[in-house]
Amino acid sequence: MEYVVEMLNIRKEFPGVVANDDITLQVKKGEIHALLGENGAGKSTLMGILFGLYQADSGSIRIKGREVRIANPNVANDLGIGMVHQHFKLVHNFTITENIVLGIEPKKGLRLDLKAAAERIQLLSERYGLNVDPYEKIENVSVGMQQRVEIIKMLYRDAEVLIFDEPTAVLTPQEVLELMKIMKNLVAEGKSIILITHKLKEIKAVADRCTVIRRGKLVGTVEVAVTSEAQMAEMMVGRKVSFKVNKSESNPGDVILKVHNISVLNHRKVLGLKDFSLEVRSGEIVGVAGVDGNGQAELVEAITGLRKVESGEILLKNKDITQMPIRRRIEAGIAHIPEDRQMRGLVLDYTIEDNMVLEVYDRTPFSHNGLLRREVIRDYSDQIMERFDVRAGEGAQSLARSLSGGNQQKAIVGREIELNPDLLIAAQPTRGLDVGSIEYIHKRLVEQRDSGKAVLLVSLELDEILNVSDRIAIVSNGELIGMVNAAETDEHEVGLMMAGVRKGESH
Amino acid sequence: MKLQFGKGSFKNVAVALLAIVFGLLAGAVLITLTGSDPLAGYAYLFKGGLMSLERFGDTLATSTPLILSGLSVAFAFKTGLFNIGAAGQMLMGGFCATAVGLTLDLPSVMILPLAIMASIVGGAVWAFIPGILKARFNVHEVVSTIMMNWIGYWVVYYAVPGYFKGEFLETESRAIPDAASLKVGWLSQLFNGSFINLGLFLAIAAVVLIAFILNKTVIGYELKAVGYNRFAAEYAGINVNRNIVLSMMIAGALAGLGGATLYIGNASNIQIGVLPAQGFDGIAVALLGANSPWGSLLAALFFGLLYSGKGFMNAMIQIPPEIADTIIATIIYFAATSVLIERLLKRLRSRKRGQ
Repeated sequence: MEYVVEMLNIRKEFPGVVANDDITLQVKKGEIHALLGENGAGKSTLMGILFGLYQADSGSIRIKGREVRIANPNVANDLGIGMVHQHFKLVHNFTITENIVLGIEPKKGLRLDLKAAAERIQLLSERYGLNVDPYEKIENVSVGMQQRVEIIKMLYRDAEVLIFDEPTAVLTPQEVLELMKIMKNLVAEGKSIILITHKLKEIKAVADRCTVIRRGKLVGTVEVAVTSEAQMAEMMVGRKVSFKVNKSESNPGDVILKVHNISVLNHRKVLGLKDFSLEVRSGEIVGVAGVDGNGQAELVEAITGLRKVESGEILLKNKDITQMPIRRRIEAGIAHIPEDRQMRGLVLDYTIEDNMVLEVYDRTPFSHNGLLRREVIRDYSDQIMERFDVRAGEGAQSLARSLSGGNQQKAIVGREIELNPDLLIAAQPTRGLDVGSIEYIHKRLVEQRDSGKAVLLVSLELDEILNVSDRIAIVSNGELIGMVNAAETDEHEVGLMMAGVRKGESH
Repeated sequence: MKLQFGKGSFKNVAVALLAIVFGLLAGAVLITLTGSDPLAGYAYLFKGGLMSLERFGDTLATSTPLILSGLSVAFAFKTGLFNIGAAGQMLMGGFCATAVGLTLDLPSVMILPLAIMASIVGGAVWAFIPGILKARFNVHEVVSTIMMNWIGYWVVYYAVPGYFKGEFLETESRAIPDAASLKVGWLSQLFNGSFINLGLFLAIAAVVLIAFILNKTVIGYELKAVGYNRFAAEYAGINVNRNIVLSMMIAGALAGLGGATLYIGNASNIQIGVLPAQGFDGIAVALLGANSPWGSLLAALFFGLLYSGKGFMNAMIQIPPEIADTIIATIIYFAATSVLIERLLKRLRSRKRGQ
């Protein structure tokens, strides 16, 4: 039998939306099959149906040619379908073995027989090149390792088909490469993989075939080898997408931000940023490239005032702001698109309109004599939502929580740009967003640059740094490794700088 | 001022009403088990709280400290804090008000505002300490407010016999003079001799004021932002620590005022060795009232009704008054598990759609 999984003419309706409309997905044995679509296209619903979380309204599912009904995830497990979730489901103070056997604990009389399990995990680990220590506790291992634990969990349950839900969203570039190697090992050993993603590069790198869906409908299934990224992007978005950010030569003016020899402690109370210096001029975008956790977060927090500076100074337009409270820095002209939009960027239980004035609610015209002026706030918020294409069910009155990730991010970007800052700090502004939103946000950043603002872009996506920045600062281990012009460098050189200095470091 | 009916209001009201219905049903089962007729029992319970003007006045007065302690807990909750120390704040507020009443010899128009101010300050100070501990040293307010309860308990235990000893009993203070009492003749007469007093108006004014602060002001915006997401508040440059302290102080002030309505309103002296149960009931009131000021007002009135009717129920058909307490506890249980009720509502709705 050629296909290991066949989902034929699947239709699923939720109140008010058709999440899947006549979608067919056929996965061959031993292939990596990508499922590509924007956020909200219906990928998760489709996989939820395969995994038994939802029931299809019509259509059929065949596993190894046999028609099946998958009533719940246990049935899916029995059929050899395993899901590696985007958010890991692990008990942090349990060992890897304990996590893996959870729910199917091997027993010897009344006692747990963890030793046999650990041996089997060790074997699986070696066979697929996963490099997992069965006795290590989850809280002591990296995110990449946690993901491998989730993979072994599936293998331990004899899964034949592994579904990976956006597996690279939480990984560093190095870990992504490792994961891809692991995925290739898995298919070489006869497993089949369904890879849910919206990252075209990854599809190009590992997938054999790719099924594209858009707004709940099947667009088509293509052979990855003969399809370009641009073609796949067009299928996904429904129009031509430019990866190259259109921008002219930068025209730098005065120094807006001057970071001078600062040292900052990280949350583990050791120096996360050492003697670090950086300048950003008006009319340019400076990108900060580096592997996650090498001082980028500390740099952003030091400039915005969220973290104390131990030594050195930070100047904004030649004024020392090193000791200034956060609100005064905002008033002095710093806007900040935070790395974590849900933790820092938004009060999720506030409406969008309340979120749009998060930094300015106490200024005129938004309040008067200590009282909020609702109409003014609403007008302001409507204006931002319109200009930045923020879509929400109930407009400005929607709770921030109810918006999709892309719309939440656009709202934050809009709010920060609307502050009309001299310095715009964008920390991973496109994390987890689909191609359309990414393109949009990049355009806005360049627009800010062209209107004479200084932009500091921190990103873990090297492509984003290379495409959007004018100059690139490379950080490693809290130190500035070098500064290059984006026009005169390439992925190889920056990658080497990110990695070259990393040797001798334990990560 | 316009009542704020947000999107969640309808749902909250439905959940609260269902919690009450379930609580009453469970109570009916209990009453049946004790060998009485639940319908007759409930009839007497509500009659006991409502059947005459005097009883109605007593019900309102019983509700008054609950309104304020509920408001105190609800306000703290809205701003992300769990004020479990309303009892201690009430006790200290009531003690300060009593002390003013027993110390100063002034006409009513001067001594009453002073006593009320003293209760507010006393409660606020008692909550300020946990606030500072939380802001500065990240000490959890549940722990520190409980400890403040006991500090307040022993302060009163020492100070009342030491300075304000009653004529006959060591265990309570002298009675405050009429001038320092929130009871006023015209109001008592209006309600045929009920112990209703000016405290009710203070409580309602507090509800209006807190609703206004939370929904309309810059301070309320900041307090709620800190409560919902302190990281986002910090990011936006809101002084998180100052708001935590401020929020605790306002919550304490409300409970302190509740103490005044209890000790110089409903009662006229203060006992030692008792933490006012109304302080803990405030948690239940806030829960049933979905942490909204108006919700707390309504929930407190309902609890007040049960409390003031239970004696009558007992006297008329020998249902133990503990049954009323059990009903209250059951209602709290259902209010606290409102998630389950919400799920039930959702299921009913989807079933209706399915047909």
